[in-house]
Amino acid sequence: MLNTLIRRLIQMIFVMFGISVIVFLIFFWTPGSDPAARIAGRNASPEVLAAVRHDFGFDRPLYVQYGLMMKKLLITFDLTSFQNRGQKVIPQLVDATPVTLSLVIGGAILWVIGGIVVGLAAAVTKGSVIDRGLMILGLIGISMPVFWLGSVLNLITQSRFHDTWMFSWVPALGYKPLLESPWEWFKTMLIPWISLAVLYIGLYGRVLRASLIEAGEEDYIRTARSKGLTETRVMLRHALRTSLITFVTLFGLDFGALVGGGALLTEVVFGLQGVGKLTYDSLKSLDLPVILASVIYASFFVVGANFVVDMAYAILDPRVRGR
Amino acid sequence: MAASETSITGNTPGQAEPVGAKRRPAAGPWVTAFRKLVRDKAAMVALLVFILIVVGCCLAPYYANSIAHTLPFSSNLDGKIVIDGEERAVIEESTEGLGLGTTPIGPTWKLGGYFLGADDQGRDVFARMLYGGLNSLWIASASTVLCLVLSGALGVIAGFFGGLIDGILSRLMDVVWAFPIFLLAISLSIVLINTSITLGPIVIRSGSLWLPIFIIGIVYVPYIARPIRGQVLSLKNSEFVLAAIGLGVPSHRILWKDILPNVATTLIVFVPLMMALNMVTESALSFLSIGVQPPDASWGTIIQDGQNLLYSRPMVALAPGIAIAITVLTLNVFGDGVRDALDPRSKLRIGGD
Repeated sequence: MLNTLIRRLIQMIFVMFGISVIVFLIFFWTPGSDPAARIAGRNASPEVLAAVRHDFGFDRPLYVQYGLMMKKLLITFDLTSFQNRGQKVIPQLVDATPVTLSLVIGGAILWVIGGIVVGLAAAVTKGSVIDRGLMILGLIGISMPVFWLGSVLNLITQSRFHDTWMFSWVPALGYKPLLESPWEWFKTMLIPWISLAVLYIGLYGRVLRASLIEAGEEDYIRTARSKGLTETRVMLRHALRTSLITFVTLFGLDFGALVGGGALLTEVVFGLQGVGKLTYDSLKSLDLPVILASVIYASFFVVGANFVVDMAYAILDPRVRGR
Repeated sequence: MAASETSITGNTPGQAEPVGAKRRPAAGPWVTAFRKLVRDKAAMVALLVFILIVVGCCLAPYYANSIAHTLPFSSNLDGKIVIDGEERAVIEESTEGLGLGTTPIGPTWKLGGYFLGADDQGRDVFARMLYGGLNSLWIASASTVLCLVLSGALGVIAGFFGGLIDGILSRLMDVVWAFPIFLLAISLSIVLINTSITLGPIVIRSGSLWLPIFIIGIVYVPYIARPIRGQVLSLKNSEFVLAAIGLGVPSHRILWKDILPNVATTLIVFVPLMMALNMVTESALSFLSIGVQPPDASWGTIIQDGQNLLYSRPMVALAPGIAIAITVLTLNVFGDGVRDALDPRSKLRIGGD
């Protein structure tokens, strides 16, 4: 176990290094224009350009430039925006993180419950109308672009049916901090959660159904049945348990990817000022330091999440450890 | 789905097939798979709808020039249109709310022009949707081909040669795998804004369709290269390959005759499913204005155009989304059918994140 842990740790560090090198090359070494001009943003004065050039070491060798970039990101945390003069980047990202976490955690709770319910219901009623209906609905959920679904939900809840009893409770778009008023927070986040979760309910429902049906043909399920256990108990205690291993792995990967930038579309559509929206807005205002920081932190988070998933997998399924 | 049902319960037509095949001169695996696919009703209906969508999009120039008589890529703010003998402006004064500002004309539901109404530049949404569909389909297919070729090559090389090459390629794929796709696309596009990249003979300009094609084609390589590598590894240890090695067959021949045909099946299974995933990704990138660049259109950019009109003229954003959903749905259903026909036991993940 310790061996696996150390090997995965080394791999993780290597991948993080690889990502930082690629980001460095994209931002500072793409041919075409002066990297200092890119970082300084629109209409930068010669003094600002000179300051950027010195700050990021563009007059020094490449490895020094790389070192300076990483130092700003991981040691001194003093990356500043030049578009909004003097605005520190890291506090902006720190402020945006709770929004992204609220969105993804809430969505994740919805999709885990939804996915398990759909998968179980379909597997139990295999071949029936309910099963087919659920699987078709799941497929439709997978096929809709999330930003479009969000727009449709906005159209329904903010405009067309906002005056009816059904959606008059939906607050205007935007984020309300959880600690200020939990109820308002819940009301603003509910529609974004649903819109984020639909895709994954479809996905996880289908995966779980397939995995449950496969498990149903295994010997240990037949044993459980012949022991005279009730069908519910066989399903919940035996089949579902094994099937959840795949489920947990998928969950970890998707959760990591969503926090690390994947929730961007939902944030943009619902006007939630999360990390993704911040990055998107910085794209519009050509505020490169913000993008640089969020790309590095987000991808590091994804790598870290994948590492945790790998370790969880090794704990859940001892067969993996030797690999 | 009916498609996956067939494989799991193994209903009679599927099992009758080998018996019939034995009587005739043995049908090859491709023929067997093809017959099975043709018998899959859901997959065939999906394929038919998909072909109809492709044909419809290919008629875009005909619709714009001969039916609607509009220019879908230039703004038409002062345009007039005759509906039921009454002349109306394409961009009308708002009547709702305070009556300030302007609203583009709504859907006429007549094929003669502005079938789905106009966007805020007075352009025919339906004509743009057909042209946009061409772009969306083209980007989805081109990136699928790119992705499958790359990941097939990488997976086979890593799996077959193993050792140091495998180590390097696998770590490289780990790096790409962990890269958040939208953030990568944002980084690339902010750097490429107003400039172009020159890679040897290839020049990519900032507005080029090749940019989204490359981004989408590359980010999903690990998704496919990893299973391919795993498959090649297990093939390498399978008895027929060991037998070939034992007989002294040269390794390039083993690669060509034994490994590649098996890998090809897996890659083909991935084609419709990857196309569906790429289609959604393309629309997302275009929605974020880092995919297809204006004045060009794709289904994603039209949804973006429709955001400002969402509450007044919802059809601008609704229609392309429905088009994406239907196209992706048909690809997924067809993909399910292809998978069941070629490899009933594989467990691919469809959709995407």
